[in-house]
Amino acid sequence: MAFRGMQSFSTMAEEKKLFKVTIDNIPVEVEPGTTILNAARKIGGDVVPPAMCYYSKLQGSGGKCRTCLVKVSKGSDADPRPMPKLVASCRTTVMDGMEVANITSPEVLDARKGVVEFLLLNHPLDCPVCDQAGECDLQDLSYEHGTEATRYEFKRRTFEKIDIGDHIKLHMTRCILCYRCVFTADQLTNKREHGVLNRGEASEIGTYIKNSLDNDFIGNVIDVCPVGALTDRTARFKNRVWFLKPVDAHRDCDKCCGKTVLWMRGDEVFRVTARKDKYGEVEEFICDTCRFEKKEAKDWVVEGPRKVSRHSVISQGHYVGVHKPHETIREVMSGRDPKLLMNIHSVSEVNQPSVDLSKIDGPAHSTDFPKINGVQ
Amino acid sequence: MGRKLLLDKAHIEGIRYYDVYRKNGGYAAAEKVLKNMSPDQVTEEVKKSGLRGRGGAGFPTGLKWSFLAKPEGVPRYLVCNADESEPGTFKDRYLMEFLPHLLIEGLLISSFALGANRTYIYIRGEYAWIPDILEEAIKDAHKNGWLGKNIQGSGFDLDIYVQRGAGAYICGEETALIESLEGKRGNPRIKPPFPAVKGLWQCPTVVNNVETLAAVVPIINIGGDEYAKIGIGKSTGTKLISACGNLNKPGVYEIDMTISVEEFIYSEEYCGGIPDGKRLKACIPGGSSVPILPANLLLKTAKGEQRMMTYESLNDGGFPTGSMMGSGGFIVLDEDQCVVRHTLSLARFYHHESCGQCSPCREGTGWMKRVLQNIENGKGKMSDIDLLWDIQRKIEGNTICPLGDAAAWPVAAAIRHFRDEFEWHVNNPEEAQRHNFGLAHYADPLPVVAAAAAV
Amino acid sequence: MAVQFSEEKLNKVKEIIARYPEGKQKSALIPVLHLAQESFGGWLSAETMDYVAALLQITPIEVYEVATFYSMYNLKPVGKYLFEVCQTGPCMLNGSDNIIAYIKEKLGIEAGETTADGMFTLKTVECLGACGYAPMMQLGKFYKEHLTRERVDQIIAECRAQAGN
Ligand SMILES: Cc1cc2nc3c(=O)[nH]c(=O)nc-3n(C[C@H](O)[C@H](O)[C@H](O)COP(=O)(O)O)c2cc1C
Ligand code: SF4
Ligand code: SF4
Ligand code: FES
Ligand code: FES
Repeated sequence: MAFRGMQSFSTMAEEKKLFKVTIDNIPVEVEPGTTILNAARKIGGDVVPPAMCYYSKLQGSGGKCRTCLVKVSKGSDADPRPMPKLVASCRTTVMDGMEVANITSPEVLDARKGVVEFLLLNHPLDCPVCDQAGECDLQDLSYEHGTEATRYEFKRRTFEKIDIGDHIKLHMTRCILCYRCVFTADQLTNKREHGVLNRGEASEIGTYIKNSLDNDFIGNVIDVCPVGALTDRTARFKNRVWFLKPVDAHRDCDKCCGKTVLWMRGDEVFRVTARKDKYGEVEEFICDTCRFEKKEAKDWVVEGPRKVSRHSVISQGHYVGVHKPHETIREVMSGRDPKLLMNIHSVSEVNQPSVDLSKIDGPAHSTDFPKINGVQ
Repeated sequence: MGRKLLLDKAHIEGIRYYDVYRKNGGYAAAEKVLKNMSPDQVTEEVKKSGLRGRGGAGFPTGLKWSFLAKPEGVPRYLVCNADESEPGTFKDRYLMEFLPHLLIEGLLISSFALGANRTYIYIRGEYAWIPDILEEAIKDAHKNGWLGKNIQGSGFDLDIYVQRGAGAYICGEETALIESLEGKRGNPRIKPPFPAVKGLWQCPTVVNNVETLAAVVPIINIGGDEYAKIGIGKSTGTKLISACGNLNKPGVYEIDMTISVEEFIYSEEYCGGIPDGKRLKACIPGGSSVPILPANLLLKTAKGEQRMMTYESLNDGGFPTGSMMGSGGFIVLDEDQCVVRHTLSLARFYHHESCGQCSPCREGTGWMKRVLQNIENGKGKMSDIDLLWDIQRKIEGNTICPLGDAAAWPVAAAIRHFRDEFEWHVNNPEEAQRHNFGLAHYADPLPVVAAAAAV
Repeated sequence: MAVQFSEEKLNKVKEIIARYPEGKQKSALIPVLHLAQESFGGWLSAETMDYVAALLQITPIEVYEVATFYSMYNLKPVGKYLFEVCQTGPCMLNGSDNIIAYIKEKLGIEAGETTADGMFTLKTVECLGACGYAPMMQLGKFYKEHLTRERVDQIIAECRAQAGN
């Protein structure tokens, strides 16, 4: 009896260490030192603020994009005063008794709409021709939080596409300056060769002098990039991700965990990435050999189809603006209405409004269109 | 004549040099501190004085010092913020050029109070000749036993170094300054942790403005209580105001915070009024980041009381009808100035100076600048004015550091008080290229005598 | 011309590094870049930056990141005399626009350009902390304040004379 009593005493002591927090009126208990964002992720679902720059595996990341702003309506039990400004949930740690409002706060939603507008201000909105389409966090973000049309009447900032080395392409125009790739190079490789150059609106990711990124783990910058600014040059053909089938695979690798996702069509491996969780973060970083050099099915032990747990606007092949009626979009969006419909046709080299994408069994090339239309 | 505590000896020939400074009572405060006071007693005096940070935010200095973490075996640092880049502000430059030993004495006392043995003066890079002046003064202070090891037999060691910046307003923000001092880009840090806990090289650090640190000298000399008696309410002591724009006598003035704004602009002791008998249109009383006020609200608060040159009075009315003391950069616009153009110039400044780390400031400052450019160039639309308002609203409060707010406020205040002038620009694009909107109804605040003379 | 500090300048670099605690020599980057810019033709070439990186034992990208952030570093060659004229609010209220226009006319260049003879570069800059003495410009280490057309003429003449010697 005495033993059991002690045990429950010690469990109680352990429990005591947890902080009670409510986010959008949903209570959760987390360890001290947890950020509001991670507390919200513990709850899951709609109360999780979008995070474009924070990356739990990269030290020092976060705080920059401001999409994860939330309102702290009560600081803590000890000091219940609300925080005067919205705070970045990815960099603000919880206090015991803290009350946070995310989607229940009109102020937060309004500010977030502003942030999304700022992020898209200079973004090319070239989703239809972007390799990242379908797995782009910015696309998802603007879909859910954006406004209908841009109010920006000025010329967008543009940069030339450049190859940084044999493996990676940098399309700076799409970059949102989340700094994740910089932290990745700092923390995963032994010498960082790219960084943020210039200042303010002119800031850009680059190497300054022509330089190639060449380092055992540098390929991970592709996976951490929330947009299509850093892409894999070795990925075979231009291809819409939703035409590819992701499978979990592994191999014995002496440099990394060797656990990857192969993006396949038939027996062909189109590209190799790390495995991502539902917040779009890689589970474990992989080395460049696995990513860039193992492009044969025989290099890998295939485990089975990857469950795309992360819901993305287009993850299941439902791209916007096609012949699909509005209701379908609601369905994929778990009952939510989209805030922004991106019309991909006006800029697309490939897709045409007259063609129902779902009828093409992909991979779609521009040559497929005339065929389907029977023009050829 | 107002009381002077900082510039009282500025007129003395050769006060820049050690011997003259010493002969005129220099280093007496340091002597007093090192011989008879403990670090905590110094902090206590500063607390009693009610001294508020002179860099812009006005945070009580003594309180700030008491927040400094003091873990065993970890060095602590004092950094003197001499970045002085807020448009309209040039007071620290005056102190450093003419009274370098006053600053060094202040740094010595403050470093002693904080237990810092290595102190840096971070000076804006463009003030390229001032480090020479400071370094010479540091050398002389060394020679005379006020710096180095075991200063005046007290057992306290201190070295002071001057670090030049290289052209970045943002490095005035204390965490950006620390980054810059570490040899990095001037990106403000995300707080917490605050510098008092993790600052320079992750060690506890206090960052204070030049004027704040210089003011510690008279506080020790006359005592915190005596210092607190000068001024009104929580605006204790004296403040340097750098006056510029359309004034007969622009320059750096020391005021004890008991005079009115009107007296400051029009009296012969201070700015001596506006050139060519022109009338006052508007003023930014505390550096470009604080709200601009039309003449009527500048001289009298919304309650009809005379506005004083104090932290509280300048802030009276808050954002809708007040402004701020800020850094003491006092910018005056006469009746022939165009508010749209002036606002554009400030918007261009903030666009140029944004570090680019966070999206609202990086993208929003450029957007505001471009919309303002359109209005100024006769290509504006009525909806642009509301758009500007909306952009500034979405920047303010949503950024990493206060530069975002500083960029938003001038635009907000200009639209709030001068909306008719913006509308006139939109409605009369061609006329607006040829002449200015003028004084309009922004008040007729001239004192009767001066107004008569102007007619 | 190989980029290499003189003995004297190398000593200066050592002195700068000594201002910081052991292992914090990266803090010397900004002062050393100033020194490099002064020593190697008024601007920072990639070669110069790589040299500084090696000197301070940091990576070149750390230097590029910093050099491109601060407005005082010139990443392209500039004229012998660099006119950096302030155009911010308080200077504007005192006619800086006219002064800038006058300099452009006088030298026949736009802001950001260098005269054909490589003598003058005009750059418009933001507030230099001399607002009470407006309009003003920075020329080398010092400020030229209370600018008027006559004063500009005089400054240009002085530069020419100095260069002629
Ligand atoms: C964008 C920005 C620029 C600043 N520039 C300066 C400056 O040039 N000089 C200064 O003393 N403080 C400046 N500050 C304020 C500093 O962050 C800090 O509050 C101040 O140095 C603290 O010193 P004090 O308490 O003595 O005023 C600036 C703040 C911001 C946000
Ligand atoms: S390239 Fe991608 S990862 Fe790097 S900063 Fe830009 S958006 Fe972020
Ligand atoms: S508010 Fe502006 S200056 Fe401050 S961190 Fe953000 S981008 Fe940089
Ligand atoms: S995710 Fe929090 S600011 Fe970017
Ligand atoms: S505005 Fe030109 S020096 Fe300040």
